[in-house]
Amino acid sequence: MIGILSLTTFAPLLGVIAILALRFAGKPDDPRTASAARWIALATTLATLALSALVVMKFNAADPGFQFTENANWFAGLHYRMGVDGISVLFVLLTAFLMPICILASWKSIETRVIEYMIAFLVLETLVIGVFCALDLILFYLFFEGQLIPMFLIIGIWGGKNRVYAAFKFFLYTLLGSVLMLAAILAMILIAHTSSIPELLTFKFAPGVQTWLWLAFFASFAVKMPMWPVHTWLPDAHVEAPTAGSVILAGILLKMGGYGFMRFSLPMFPNASWEFQPLIFALSVIAIVYTSLVAFRQTDIKKLIAYSSVAHMGFVTMGIFSGNLQGEQGALFQMLSHGVISGALFLCVGVVYDRMHTREIAFYGGLVNRMPIYAAVFMLFTMGNVGLPGTSGFVGEILTMTGVYGASTWTAVVAATGVILSAVYALSLYRRVVFGVITNPALNTIGDLETREVLIFAPLILATLILGLQPNLVFQLTNASVEHLVAAFSAATR
Amino acid sequence: MDLNFGLSIAYPEIILAIAALVLLIWGAFQGKPSALFTIAALAALAAAAVAAAVGPLGRAFAGGLVADPIAVFAKVVIYAASAIAIPLGDRWLAKRGTDRFEYAVLIILAALGMGMMASAGDLISLYVGIELQSLALYILAAFQRDDAKASEAGLKYFVLGALSSGLLLYGASLIYGFAGSTKFDVIATAVHAGAGGGVLFGLVFLICGLAFKVSAAPFHMWTPDVYEGAPTPIVGFFAGAPKLAAMVLFARVLTEAFGGAIDQWRQVVVLLALASVAVGAFAGLAQKNLKRLWAYSSIANIGYALVGLAAGGQAGVQSMLMFMVLYTVDVTGFFACLAALSREGRPMETMDDFAGLMKERPGLCLAMTAFSLSALGLPPFTGFWAKFYVFKAAIGAGGYLPAVAVAALVGSVVAAFYYLRLIKVMWLDPAPGQTDAPPVGARYVAYAAALFAIAALLGPLTLIDPLAQAAAAALNAR
Repeated sequence: MIGILSLTTFAPLLGVIAILALRFAGKPDDPRTASAARWIALATTLATLALSALVVMKFNAADPGFQFTENANWFAGLHYRMGVDGISVLFVLLTAFLMPICILASWKSIETRVIEYMIAFLVLETLVIGVFCALDLILFYLFFEGQLIPMFLIIGIWGGKNRVYAAFKFFLYTLLGSVLMLAAILAMILIAHTSSIPELLTFKFAPGVQTWLWLAFFASFAVKMPMWPVHTWLPDAHVEAPTAGSVILAGILLKMGGYGFMRFSLPMFPNASWEFQPLIFALSVIAIVYTSLVAFRQTDIKKLIAYSSVAHMGFVTMGIFSGNLQGEQGALFQMLSHGVISGALFLCVGVVYDRMHTREIAFYGGLVNRMPIYAAVFMLFTMGNVGLPGTSGFVGEILTMTGVYGASTWTAVVAATGVILSAVYALSLYRRVVFGVITNPALNTIGDLETREVLIFAPLILATLILGLQPNLVFQLTNASVEHLVAAFSAATR
Repeated sequence: MDLNFGLSIAYPEIILAIAALVLLIWGAFQGKPSALFTIAALAALAAAAVAAAVGPLGRAFAGGLVADPIAVFAKVVIYAASAIAIPLGDRWLAKRGTDRFEYAVLIILAALGMGMMASAGDLISLYVGIELQSLALYILAAFQRDDAKASEAGLKYFVLGALSSGLLLYGASLIYGFAGSTKFDVIATAVHAGAGGGVLFGLVFLICGLAFKVSAAPFHMWTPDVYEGAPTPIVGFFAGAPKLAAMVLFARVLTEAFGGAIDQWRQVVVLLALASVAVGAFAGLAQKNLKRLWAYSSIANIGYALVGLAAGGQAGVQSMLMFMVLYTVDVTGFFACLAALSREGRPMETMDDFAGLMKERPGLCLAMTAFSLSALGLPPFTGFWAKFYVFKAAIGAGGYLPAVAVAALVGSVVAAFYYLRLIKVMWLDPAPGQTDAPPVGARYVAYAAALFAIAALLGPLTLIDPLAQAAAAALNAR
């Protein structure tokens, strides 16, 4: 009997099989094969979205434990365990939500090797959803590490000029963090005699052991997140990745770091998390202030947004390790909201890049005259990025800062300057790209959003506003699990 | 133990020895190998594997020959790998006009030697097994005798191999002198009674000799040259089965004879392991020739297997067995790909030759990608599980081994660079010209191995795991 989570996780692979069958049945160079691959990919991702929506609808918000659990024997004493709780269920939905958008965004901009591209994205979707559903350490590691391969290919094959460098940097950086985590995972299995995440959540590791395990997991998640100073792979990867690759990277892959902190570091090693709280706070604050300033100095639109992602992730790490309810809820919300907003911002860059094939800020200016709809859409997401009340960006920032204020006043004070700095870089970017008169003659013929692009943005706009105006939709799903997490954490560190 | 029982233990060896002699005579009359000849050679290996699998367990010839689960496990894998090498190499050599019937005979003799290594119960059969195997391999390396590089490879292999055999013999004589016997169980008793400096001195020489056979650093110098010069399918054979045999022998000597001196030999093995990982990872970065690159990759991978061995105990031996089996499938598949590919009749060997392979030969390119990622140890490929077992054993062993495991893991990140570069070249770079149509046989071997490397999560691994566990349990420290 296949559970609904396994079905959701592996549904994209059915699309892969269909595309492969098509590839070997028909002519690989036939444009019709490519277009069929696009449609299959879109249909598969939409079906996955429907499945994950079903999971969320059937999710019992009052239960803090894992739901829809599956458990089957594997080999060597390992198990295949799946399940979601309030912390992970929304990430599954976020992934399934962004994937069809990515496929649509690549509809025209990807013209070479379409079949491989669609396969890479579908495989990536399986692996990412698997990360959030896995309830076994080894299974988690399989999914977590496996996504390096499709992402390496996405950046390496369909990326920009410097794509090979960026792909290698991304891969090696992440791999180094992950192998340390692998060592910690093996140590945990040997100490606790189980690889089941629910059992490990209640297992108490000795404080001395916790420190080492925490550091190893930190190595992996800090790179993934990314935290300052190990964030340098991110701007390169973002700049070189194709638009949809950036959306996935910023929207989902970074969230796996935050998810890992919330799933493993905080509840499994509470004493070490408490001990290292000042370190996390310091790194987060540096990330917020320093990368905001760096973002302000960028000349490439994508790089600017990439740095702003690092700054926003600073709020998340800070919130997670504050260890109180506001901090956790805020961090979780900030991750979801950032998934939508940063994804949308990268799509906004993609729109002009598809038309002009440059991302230099200086090239643009006065786009509002030719692209009014685009200007409005871009404005909304810029405001979301700044954290304007009414958009989803606001809720996460205010909650994480409230949470951190309870843990460390000074951290919250310094982090609050980040809100101002984000307005500085985001608004100045918007001004330079959109406002003013058109001075570059190349822009005189640039066209506004077409129907496909409006269709891409519409769900993102809705999500930003709904999350911003009705954050309770999220909180009522996450509340039970997060309360449980916080209670366990404060009990362990009292 | 009567003679009949002893012979029944030795059936695999007897079958192979007789088959080798019969094939030699048959071949002398026939000249070039025919299809029937190849089938007969394969049948001999299959018969030996069956004899090993269903035959009785026990010790014969005064303990000199052992049939226990680990020997059976190793033999079946070794004979299977040898069987794959015969048709693969025959086709490849035939295409280049250098096919001779001796090829199959030599492979069978090597298989015989490797089987003896896996079954060796005293220092004499250890040495005989190693030498029988090595002599066959020296000739195989130089099989294309008109080719300067192949001759160089064979000569280098032979001279350095002879040196290592000398070291090994010297060590064995010291052990015999100080322990009073060549039998592993008597040596074990002597070691338990208190291993003197003489025995340990001999052990170190023995380890050095074996390290040469598995090409662990710093005894690895011959590997890149031999791999580069020897015919491609033969390299695939070199990198798999003989190393598995030597590792099993390694495990047996260290556990059965020197189990009491684990603290002493562990230091040496750890040193070899870390040196191998480092040499394999860093020196591999500079390689342009894919066969040389894979030589360094194999050095690094032997380092991981040695980490498992250093962990000791049942978990350590099991991890080493799993690692070697999965790695054998990897290299066999990879070299089958190399053997299958050529550009305008010229074999593809340098990194640049493989540019744009994804466009031209997507099937083989996917297979090579899978093998590279597997050798790199990325999930969900089998190489990851191989490393999983090894590092789990090492971390479980406690002491300083967890630190060794972490160091080796970091080494694998360095090595990741060259595997990625190969993938980058194959997937991203434009092709310089057309590749020839690959021969069917090699292609099928490559695909089968790739399927194994990818699908291992579901099927084969679940089958191998309990077998390796039982095999490792058979090896008791006394």
